[in-house]
Parts: sequence; C-alpha cells; structure tokens
Amino acid sequence: MTTEDLRTDDLAPALEREEATDPFVLGGETFRSRLLLGTGGVPSLETLEAAVRASGTQLVTVALRRVEASASGSMMQVLERAGVRLLPNTAGCRTAREAVRTAQLAREAFGTPWVKLEVIGDDRTLLPDAVELLDAAEHLVADGFTVLAYTTDDPVLGRRLADVGCAAVMPLGSPIGSGLGIRNPHNIALLREAVAVPVVLDAGIGTASDAALAMELGCDAVLLASAVTRARDPERMALAMRQAVEGGRQALLAGRIPRRWHAEASTSFDGMPEL
Amino acid sequence: MQVTVNGAMVELGDGATVADLVAARAVGHDRVAVARNGDVVPRSSWAQTPLAPGDAVEVLAPTAGG
Repeated sequence: MTTEDLRTDDLAPALEREEATDPFVLGGETFRSRLLLGTGGVPSLETLEAAVRASGTQLVTVALRRVEASASGSMMQVLERAGVRLLPNTAGCRTAREAVRTAQLAREAFGTPWVKLEVIGDDRTLLPDAVELLDAAEHLVADGFTVLAYTTDDPVLGRRLADVGCAAVMPLGSPIGSGLGIRNPHNIALLREAVAVPVVLDAGIGTASDAALAMELGCDAVLLASAVTRARDPERMALAMRQAVEGGRQALLAGRIPRRWHAEASTSFDGMPEL
Repeated sequence: MQVTVNGAMVELGDGATVADLVAARAVGHDRVAVARNGDVVPRSSWAQTPLAPGDAVEVLAPTAGG
C-alpha cells in the first residue's frame, strides 16, 4: 500500500478550505504545512524523499559540515526535486560566536537568511545554552537573518527571544532525539501565550500523539526529525505526523469540551422505558 | 606552502586561492561555504582571495541535520 492509498481524500476539499482561512505565516512567508521536517538520522536518500513527500512538509532543516568526497550533493538534489524550502541549522555550536559564524556560512552556502539557531550547553542532554542563545539571536537579527530559535520551554526566555526579533520561538518538548514527548505541556501553553511570533514545538517528539498534543496546546507548527527518520517505517510515520499535526490543529480550532470529574450522559434519560 | 584545511595540514602551491582549493576539495558540491581563519569568504571573492602559509581554512558542504 502506498501513502497515496492511505490519504483521506474525501476530506481534502474541506482541508483545503481550512488551509485557505488558517494560513501559517512564518518569517513573512505563508505555508500550507505546519510540519517542519529535519533530515538528521535519515537512513537513505530514497527514504528521505519518500518521507518528505509523505509528510507534506514545505520546510526542511539541513546542516553544514566539512566537505567529504561522498556526494551529499545528491541530498540537495532530492530536496530541490521535492520543492521544499531549506532551513539551515547551527547544530553542534556551543557559543554565540560559533553559531553566528555557522549561520553566516550557511547563508553563503544555501543562499537563505533563514536559520534554525541552536546553541547547545550540555553534551548529555543537548539542552540549549540560554545566555549564548540570546546573544547569538541578537547578533543574527541585527545581521539581517530570519532567526528561528531552538530554546528551552521557559516562557520568559521565549519572550526575550521574541523581543530581540526572532521570527519564531521553538521550545523543546524534551531533549533532542529522546522521543520523550512534551514533558511540561503547561510551560508550552504559557510560552504560546507569552509571545506574538509563531511557536514551533521542536525536539522530543516520539510519536503522532506528541505532535497532536503540541498543536492542541496552541503551537503553530511542529519540527521533528528522529521521530520520522529513525522510525521502523519512516514514510508511514511521516504520514502519521502530517495527520497528527493537522488533527491537532483542527481540534484546537474546534474547541475541546471541558474536562469533568464525573460522567455526563450523551444519551438523554428522557423517555426511558420502564422494563 | 602549508595550510590547514578542515583540520589537516596540506601542501598547496604558492599563490593558490580559495577558488583553487574549493575546485580541488569540493568536487560535485554546488553549495559550498568557506571560512578562512574563522571569517566567511563570500563565493564572489574566492578567486581573488589568495591563501597564505599557516592559514586555517574550513571548506563546508550540506549534510543531513535536524
């Protein structure tokens, strides 16, 4: 069965209408898809291409590393063929200085001022270094970059990043690649309240319900890599994430029922026969 | 002259430019970025940027990443 067979085509017209009235605007660009896909951990180029297509993503993260004889040029061909926009990252950087230089090199290589700013402060958890991150964000915004900042789920730091001009604040749900989901949903909801720019849940997603929760909490989009690229069937998981993000968004817009301690009958007791 | 390229010492001909180095090292890559002694060398300046003995150069290309 291909992913096309799995699509809910009957809903497509309704979803298209919804997309038209619910655009995702990020850095001045409008996107149909609210799923950003990372390429890290992908087992093969064929898998990457299938996953990108199944996910429906329009924005894909890439990295810069020392050039090797192996042709990573072909990854770029896959992404160009898929027609996605590129979002270079500063993965692995530990200081503001290093991140700023990496972003400048990425702008040169990829020809885009967009950057996923990542400044890591700890080897085991890969948690962001708040001080270096804010410093780097300020420099990059001043240098004309569209900065999407990977950050902790701290609403105050999120506000500071938005205040210095980041185009999006991207809190982690849990550590990168951990698949632990959203450990502090309340903080994510508070962060969503605290800033006017888009909030993208970035890191920690393990499965589809995590992505749906992020959207139900009010996040504008979800960025994930490992959950798809390291799944047993990346193409199918990419489709699952697409549907989860769409489902979570629709649920948010639809407005969930309040939680109750006890039951509330959905079938009326009026007209109940005596038997 | 001796220059450090991506962390390894290499011998280059005198007068070699960044463009020469990229042509030799980044075959098949059309999206390459170069830093010389930590500073970005814009693509438009590669041919006019001669390397000097002791320079540390990073030649970078796209790869997969989250």
